[in-house]
Formats: sequence, structure tokens, C-alpha cells
Amino acid sequence: MDLILKVWRQKNNADSGRFEKYKVKANEHMSFLEMMDVLNEDLLAKKEEPIAFEHDCREGICGSCNMVIDGRPHGPNNGTTTCQLHMRFFKDGDTITVEPWRVKAFPVIKDLVVDRSAFDRIIQSGGYISVNTGQAQDANAIPIEKDLAGQAFDAATCIGCGACAAACPNASAMLFTSAKINHLGLLPQGEVEHSKRVQAMVTQMDEEGFGMCSNTGACEVDCPKEISISNIALMNRSYFGSVFGSDKGSK
Amino acid sequence: MKLDGKTPKGPLDDKWTNYRSKMDLVAPNNKRRLDVIVVGTGLAGASAASTLGELGYNVKCFTFHDSPRRAHSIAAQGGINAAKNYQNDGDSVYRLFYDTIKGGDYRSRESNVHRLAEVSRNIIDQAAAQGVPFAREYGGLLANRSFGGVQVSRTFYARGQTGQQLLLGAYQSLSRQISLGSVKMYNRHEMLDVVKIDGKARGIIARNLLTGELERHAAHCVVLATGGYGNVFYLSTNAMGSNVTAAWRAVKRGAYMANPCYTQIHPTCIPVSGDYQSKLTLMSESLRNDGRVWVPKKKEDVMAIREGRKTGNDVPEEDRDYYLERRYPAFGNLVPRDVASRAAKVVCDEGHGVNSTGLAVYLDFSDAIQRYGKSEANTMGNHNPDAATIKRLGTAVIEAKYGNLFEMYEKITGENPYVYPMKIYPAVHYTMGGLWVDYNLETNVPGLFALGEANFSDHGANRLGASALMQGLADGYFVLPYTIGTFLCNEIRTPKIDPNAPEFEEAETSTRTRLEKILNIKGNQTVESFHRRLGKIMWEYCGMSRSAEGLKKGRQMIRDLKAEFHRDVFVPGTQAEFNPELEKALRVADFIELGENMMVDALDRNESCGGHYREEYTENGEAQRNDEDYTYVSAWEWDDDQPILHKEELIFENVELKTRSYK
Ligand SMILES: Cc1cc2nc3c(=O)[nH]c(=O)nc-3n(C[C@H](O)[C@H](O)[C@H](O)COP(=O)(O)OP(=O)(O)OC[C@H]3O[C@@H](n4cnc5c(N)ncnc54)[C@H](O)[C@@H]3O)c2cc1C
Repeated sequence: MDLILKVWRQKNNADSGRFEKYKVKANEHMSFLEMMDVLNEDLLAKKEEPIAFEHDCREGICGSCNMVIDGRPHGPNNGTTTCQLHMRFFKDGDTITVEPWRVKAFPVIKDLVVDRSAFDRIIQSGGYISVNTGQAQDANAIPIEKDLAGQAFDAATCIGCGACAAACPNASAMLFTSAKINHLGLLPQGEVEHSKRVQAMVTQMDEEGFGMCSNTGACEVDCPKEISISNIALMNRSYFGSVFGSDKGSK
Repeated sequence: MKLDGKTPKGPLDDKWTNYRSKMDLVAPNNKRRLDVIVVGTGLAGASAASTLGELGYNVKCFTFHDSPRRAHSIAAQGGINAAKNYQNDGDSVYRLFYDTIKGGDYRSRESNVHRLAEVSRNIIDQAAAQGVPFAREYGGLLANRSFGGVQVSRTFYARGQTGQQLLLGAYQSLSRQISLGSVKMYNRHEMLDVVKIDGKARGIIARNLLTGELERHAAHCVVLATGGYGNVFYLSTNAMGSNVTAAWRAVKRGAYMANPCYTQIHPTCIPVSGDYQSKLTLMSESLRNDGRVWVPKKKEDVMAIREGRKTGNDVPEEDRDYYLERRYPAFGNLVPRDVASRAAKVVCDEGHGVNSTGLAVYLDFSDAIQRYGKSEANTMGNHNPDAATIKRLGTAVIEAKYGNLFEMYEKITGENPYVYPMKIYPAVHYTMGGLWVDYNLETNVPGLFALGEANFSDHGANRLGASALMQGLADGYFVLPYTIGTFLCNEIRTPKIDPNAPEFEEAETSTRTRLEKILNIKGNQTVESFHRRLGKIMWEYCGMSRSAEGLKKGRQMIRDLKAEFHRDVFVPGTQAEFNPELEKALRVADFIELGENMMVDALDRNESCGGHYREEYTENGEAQRNDEDYTYVSAWEWDDDQPILHKEELIFENVELKTRSYK
């Protein structure tokens, strides 16, 4: 298939950036990133600079890849990272637009690469259970109801890619933050620090410059792990509870 | 030179306990004065850095990734072993130890493996306390499943995302130490050299990948947890960024590379589909719990399938060859990886492969769907279910167990594995070889430690499934934090290491020169094209089966490739900027050199063992070890022209060396 790609090129953070058009030959078995590899090899053959983009596992789990494809983070398919998107979902002759995440708290480094360290700092502010190595009791000492463990798991599947913030018109990081808060808060191990954790993480999230949530639901739609927006409501309840003193954990 | 593994004396069961109880310790007030560099934030690095931070050391931690959470460990799927015996099926520390030694084809160190089995239990406790959402039974207790090469259920798992969840646990602990100030984190920093002063490892040269700046980082000792080198084959299941540079640079500074030829080819991966591919995808081994591996017996069925006239479903039961069950009745589909991979190669070489390339076999879940469907119906009180009900209920069970893997398979191949049997083929997956380390996980360079997949220590010639996560976390949480004290207790009077020392100057200058040379070649071929060619040579001559003749040829081809690379590679851009092509070029240059080391090692080892299969040494189609002459660890002091082999004799006091049989 013959495609036209409109790709965002930006030399560095100081550069203002622009779209460049490229022609590329692909086939439908390729993944989107393999198609980008082909384009980059073409550019290199012409001694031009390849397009910088992030990728690593190419299995949808590391959270590195981050392209806005035709206006949607990770492209047209729900529940799919950019690396797992295949070209069979495009047609011969298509023009495809590729941009980086557009989020103030994720400054562009080069082309499609952005700086997502704000997410690390949110986790550092409290996204953990305070247990030192060697302090743990036997793992079966605390049975956890299968469904509850499953619910915590659903939140824990977040890959930290940032699509939620990129999809949100306010560039909010509520889905990311709430997913971690609920993963830990729903489990008995994490309940002890829950109130403190909620306050610290929400404060950090605000300091990083992420926007507010206005319930558009875009984050849930574009989350490649399909993390539910109900996490945000649960977090809000815990947050107000912890600030006004009525919280008894997130359950 | 004979290498000393520093195995403590005494009975196997007590070695670690006694050693740990009697080793010299570093007092808390002294820990604060000691600096430790940890390179890598995978399971091994993140667990080590956070634990060292908790203990009070000053830790500097490095990763080339944009966040510690993105290390390759994140992609591990199937599970982690531990000798908990929660299933009451006869598991024990000894059995895990024994299975691992046998699985490794008697080429690992007894003392290390026993320690691994002992601490495996603590890992599960630690991870559960961190909030890792392991799979649970209805009673709320932890669930287990089986992996290849064993007959008990000791694998703990978190859906098909065990690596992700364990890494997030370690990452969160690391994040806590970062917030407490005991660990300083350097993301997007790539270590390009080890700095030695008076023979001891005292720091690293790292390139800030955003600015290109070369930085000097000094410490009292250096820990490498930089992962495996499977990408030397270009196509592998490893993440694209996984590379050997940190370990290889240590080798260039005198560290020994141990058993580099021991490579694991994983039997269940999605087959190669085109030349543009740069990465292969694993389908977790856990699938072999329920999937049956087969190929058609008749060539006409094979042809019909290849031409799209038939699917696997059209081949009647009696015309299927369930070759693993046929050849290995005792273990069936759950034979170890090396055995399963070779068996797949054999049937494909005989012309029974089921896709257009001829390089694929079936992994079929239809029997499991039937079995689970009936039992689910039974528990629901339906003792006479119809076929549709059985199929629906059975499919639901399979979906609950492996849903995300099936989904991934469908995304990549476009084929529904609930309906059509999966097609799989072996692919490079893991490297058992790595930096030589003693019982303390210290390399032959004093003060330089290696953990996780980067070392060679526990898996011998073949790793059993679900044991890499176990080893990474054992090393990082429960072994290194103690053993590092054996080195550091003699350093408490050593002042801060000075990054202006001439050794740092020299290392920085030589690194800079290396970068500039590569940038200045300005040739005509891309880095990727060299990497791809290297991969082809490695796969052809040092892959699933090897011969002396092929290895000699392969070595020469690599030497030629190296010369061509340094004459004709094209790397755009400059040093002083974010330049992913330059990063890749440096890694490929190191892979090429490692490739030669692997060929040399494979040629030296005139036997077949585990993942190392030499065509000349077989018996009835099975690998033939030579215990008389090769019960040693090969540790290479690398020199392009005259590599020197150091041997560590392996002494088995507790296990009798036997022909490995899974029949
Ligand atoms: C697809 C897949 C599935 C797997 N599933 C399982 C499983 O189910 N069970 C199991 O036990 N094992 C599994 N494995 C194997 C296991 O995942 C790995 O062996 C293990 O995670 C390696 O961990 P590590 O900490 O040693 O290294 P890695 O996780 O590879 O981490 C390496 C770290 O080092 C850093 N690094 C490397 N070089 C440098 C440098 N020069 N400078 C700075 N930083 C550097 C990287 O940034 C990274 O942080 C699987 C492997 C694959 C590929």
C-alpha cells in the first residue's frame, strides 16, 4: 500500500516545529512502528535525519510508544497501543497524520518524543506501599477476595504511557493518578497509607501542571489498557474524604 | 588460571545462612559514607537500588530508558517461581534447586542455585506486601500454575503481566527511595564505560542522552543490572533497546564473559512473517499448560494448509502428530524450552511446518476448551451439556487464564486463536551467559558486581520458565544487599572517589574518541542493516544448532562485518544532541564484538548441553553432554586476536550428574 504521512518534526524544545510530508510504501502485515521503521530507513538512505519516536517492547506493555495518529492517541483502535496497531486498519492511498502527545506537562524533546517524567514524580510523591525489603509476612497471611484483587488489578494494568492526558481536552492526569491510587488503596496492604497517598499524589499532579477533569471521558476511550473512568470518581471521593476527614479507605 | 567461585564451605542447606550470619557487615553510620552506582532499573536493578537505599547507602541509579518503569522486565508474561509449596504437591527448596540444576543441564553452580531456591519464598512475600496483584483462588489465597521442565505447580502469576506487576512493585519501592533522597535517579543516561582505579571499579562514564554530554560518576563500587544480550540475533523477543554495551564495556575493562554461547531459544513465539520485522513476540510458556503442540502427519495436509486450502481444524485427529507427547510421554507439552524448540525445528526441517515459510507448528487449545467446558458445566449442575455450551464455557476459562495473550496474538496475526489453533515457532529469548560472578555476585574486577540476566550465575546451559524474574529479584532484594558488604566493609576508610582522577579523564577521552570515530565514518549503510546482517550470521551459525565448521565460518564473517561497519556505517547528526541513531550504532558495534566471542565459546565447547546444541555431539537425536571434559564455566578474558579462556570447574556434591531425560 502507498501512504502519505504528515509527521510532526521538531528539532528540539526550542524549535517551533512543523508538519512534513512523506511518501511510504507499506504492507498490511506491518505494525505501525514497522511502517515508521521503513520510512526511517528510506530517510537514512537519503542521508536525511530519521524521525525520532519512542518504542521499546513493541508488545503494548512498556508504555514507551506515544503517537497521536489522525488525532487520536495510539490511533483509531480502542484498547491498542501504537506498537500494536497494524497497517491492515489503513487503506491504500491514505494520508495519515502523526503527532506527539500535546500536553503542557510533557514537553517535546524531539519530533515525536516527549518528556513524561512528570508521571515518575507523581509516583514518587506517594504511589507506593512503604515496606522495606525483608519486612514482609507470609504472602498467604492476608487472603484477598478474588474479585477485589481483580479490581485492583484492573487499575494496576496502567502502562504509564500518558495517552489519558493526551486525549483530555484539559490535559488532565486524573486517570493515571487515580489508577495507581486505587490499585494500592483497594488492597489491604495499601489501605493504611491511603489518605496520605491520595493527598500527596493529587497535590503533585497539580504541581506538574496537569489540568482539571471535566468528565469528557476521552481518557477512558483512548486508554490502551481500557482503564475505567470510575477510578477518577473513586479517587475524588477519597480525596475529599481525606481532606475533610471522613475517609475510611477507598472501598 | 583457575577461577574461584568463592562458594562457602559446609552443607548445601546451611551455606547461605551460615555465610550471611558470619560475614562482615558495614555499620549504619558507615553506610551513609559509601556511594554505590547501580546501572539498570529492571527487576534486578530496581530491587537492588531500592534495597541498598533502604539500608542507608548513597545510591546513584542509571537507566537509558525515559523512566525506570520501562525496563525490559516489564514485558515478562508468564510468572515467577517460588518453592512455597502452597499447592501441597511435594514442592520444596530442594526440589526447586534440583529442577533448576537439571533444567540447566548440569552446568550451573550448586551453591548459587540452592540460595536462589531458598530466597525464592521471600520474594513472593515481599511482592505481595508491595501490592503486587498476584492471581488468587476463590478463597483469597494465591494461585499457582506449572511451567516447563517441572512436575509441580510453583509458578505465581499476575494474569499474563507478571513482569509488569513485579517491576511496578520494584519501581514503586525505588520511587519511594528517590523521594526519601537515598537514591538519586538518572533517567536517559547510558553507561558507556567502567572506570577502574587501582584495579577496582570506581565509577562509570555515562552519556546524557538528551544533551549528548559525557558525564563522570564516581562511587565506591559499581553494580551492573543491565539485562541480557539476545538482540545480538537482531530478531528476538527482547525489547528493542536491550543491549550488551554495559556488560561488553566491562569486558573491555577486564571483566570476564562467562558462557556467552548459552542462548535460550523459546519454543512458543509468533513466527516471522516478513523482512521488515525487527522484533518477535513471545507467547508465554504458560500456554503449554493447556495447549497441545502438533503438526500434520501427511505432507498433503501440510501443503493444503500452506496454500490456504485447509486450516488446522480440518486435519482429523489421527492425522496429527503430537510430537512432544509422542517423544516425551512423561513431560509431554511441558518439556523444557531447549527440548521443545529443537523438536519443533526437527519437524519443520522434515517438511511439516504449517505456514507459508514452513517454519511454524500448531499450539492447539481445542482439547482444553472441551475439558474446561465440561467441568464448568458440571460445577453449574449441568451434567449433560451440549457442544455449544461446552465450547462457550471452556472458551471463557481459557479467556480468563490467557485472555491478554490471545488478544495480542490476534492483534498481530489477524487470526482468532479461539477458533484456529495458534501458529508458533522458536525465537531467541534469553541469554544464560553473562558476566562471570562469584558467590557474592562480584565479577573478577573487584568492586564490580553483576545481577539479573546480565550475569551468568544460576541457569547453566538452559533456563527454566519463570526463573528469570525469580533470579533478578533474588539478586536485587535478597543477595546483593548482603554480599556487597564483603567488598564495602574494607572501604569504610576510603574517601569519596574523585571524578577528576586521571583514570576518569582517560575513560572519558577514550569514550569521546569512540563516538567521534563512528560519527565521522559517514559511510553508506545504515546501522539497522548491519544489525540485521549480524543477526542472520548469528542465527545461521550460532543459533539452534551449531557445528565446528559453521562456527569457524561464522567467526570470520563477523570479523568481516566488523571491518565493514567501521568503514561504511552512516550515522546522522552530532554527538552533542539527542541522537537515537548514534545510540544504536554504539550498541551494534558492541554486539558485533560479542558475536565473535559467542562463536569462539561455542566452538570451544565440544558437547551439546541445554541451549548449546552441537550437531557433532548427539545421541538418538538428543543432546549429548560430555561431563568428563566440559563440566566447567567458560570465562573469557577478551582480546580480539587472542582471547584467553579461564575455567571454573563445577563441583557437584549434592546432585548426581545424569543424562537429562524428560521421557
Ligand atoms: C517477552 C518476554 C517474556 C518473559 N517472560 C518471563 C516470565 O514469564 N518469567 C520469567 O521468569 N522471565 C521471563 N522473561 C525473562 C525476564 O523478563 C528477563 O530475563 C528479566 O526481566 C531481566 O531483568 P533484568 O533486571 O536483569 O534486566 P532488564 O529488565 O533487561 O533491565 C535492564 C536495565 O538496564 C538498563 N541498561 C542496560 N544497559 C544500560 C546502559 N548501558 N546504561 C544505562 N542503563 C542500561 C536498562 O535501561 C534497564 O533499566 C521474559 C522475557 C521476555 C523477553
